[in-house]
Amino acid sequence: MRKSDHFLLFTAFSGMMCILMLLHSHREQAMAHAERQERARLAKELLLTDLCLFTEARYTRHPSMADLHSPFQDHPSSLEHFPSGSLLSPPALPAR
Amino acid sequence: MNFSLNRHRNIIDFSLSSLLRRKMKNFSLLAVYTLIVFVIASLLFFVHALKREAALLLADAPDMVVQRLMAGRHELIPDSYAGKIRTIPGVRTVTPRLWGYYYDPVFGANYTLIVPPTPTVEPGSILVGAEVSRNQRVRVGEMVAFRTSDHIPLLLTVKGIYPSASNLVAADLIVMASEDFQAMFNLPKAHATDLAVTVANPRELSTVAAKIVEAFPDARPILKSEMLRTYDSIFDWRGGMMVVILSAAVLSFVIFAWDKATGLSAEERREIGILKSIGWETADVLYLKFWEGIVISLSAFLLGGLLAYGHVFFFSASLFEHALKGWAVLYPKFKLVPTIDGYNLAVLFFLTVLPYTTATIVPAWLAATADPDAAMRS
Repeated sequence: MRKSDHFLLFTAFSGMMCILMLLHSHREQAMAHAERQERARLAKELLLTDLCLFTEARYTRHPSMADLHSPFQDHPSSLEHFPSGSLLSPPALPAR
Repeated sequence: MNFSLNRHRNIIDFSLSSLLRRKMKNFSLLAVYTLIVFVIASLLFFVHALKREAALLLADAPDMVVQRLMAGRHELIPDSYAGKIRTIPGVRTVTPRLWGYYYDPVFGANYTLIVPPTPTVEPGSILVGAEVSRNQRVRVGEMVAFRTSDHIPLLLTVKGIYPSASNLVAADLIVMASEDFQAMFNLPKAHATDLAVTVANPRELSTVAAKIVEAFPDARPILKSEMLRTYDSIFDWRGGMMVVILSAAVLSFVIFAWDKATGLSAEERREIGILKSIGWETADVLYLKFWEGIVISLSAFLLGGLLAYGHVFFFSASLFEHALKGWAVLYPKFKLVPTIDGYNLAVLFFLTVLPYTTATIVPAWLAATADPDAAMRS
């Protein structure tokens, strides 16, 4: 077997895996429909406004409800010290 | 057609032999390249799936949440505000929301306490998120001891646990009756945390918000579009760690491209000179370098992409866990629904494969157009 055959076979196999990855993604989305509906129902029932991603600080637990300039809310020179605060962007400013 | 195909196969054979001659260098290059693609792809997949989930979940969020601000901070809002907001034309419902945070000094975790707008739990009972149950080590029917703001123990019975599939919204939730919430925080009567407002016509939202601010200058309306925008800009590429990770990856590409674009090694130039002197055309040399670039970059793209997919969607992005967890004791473990499409893969391809391949061809073209004798002597 030629070296180019090895490479082409490897590329074809990986390409197939990528196509399977896309198909798997579509299948999982269809299968997760019920779970998503359940989550949406819970969010609607409890009037939730945020996802539960980070629980370490108020402004990272509910970023959309956070005070403006929330990392500095404790006192003016209080610098951001929660790791997740450095991952999140600040809340979107009102368009009004 | 057959001739052209055969020609390219011969060139691939040659380029693979050429790469294997510098086995150590090229395998380590492939490994580092794959790692960079893996990190970028993991980030792309993770953030895209999270944003999609947020958009779906917040589609039914309240049209607007009205907070009251005092001294620049969120303050409890009197129920009288709700009565007046209800009279604004276009407002359909105003629901006072009772929610807050509870820090458990025993386990060191923060929980979100919430009262459902329609009573679903009796006083003395609670519904808890899967992570709260795991953290508190409680099951249905068992009791949990809380400490009220007056430091009086409050015993509540777990009536239900939300499934871990709901972790994305409910991992740290404790749903309780308003009586228990009042007892817990000694809340003043006729006050709520904030107000959830729905309007008849979504296009009137900003007008209603303006009227609320006019009637209550200390009110801060947060529109649903702002909540959605918050999650759309979450993990924005310009923010915090994202820019650090992305700039590290981009810098690595710059180093690769710099290494390639600053010219070929003397050995590679001599190789090109020899190939040209034995009859290779400039186009053949360019094809050779193109295939060398493709072998490395395409393999790294395919391997990195596949590994990233497995990492994010099968192993719940476990390598990011420590960065995401921070100092939180309660870390919501959630399995993201894979949401990738051709567009994601195309972005990844153009970000990773094209720059490297281009950077490989340009110096080769400069060397290939030179005189073979000069190339061999250099």
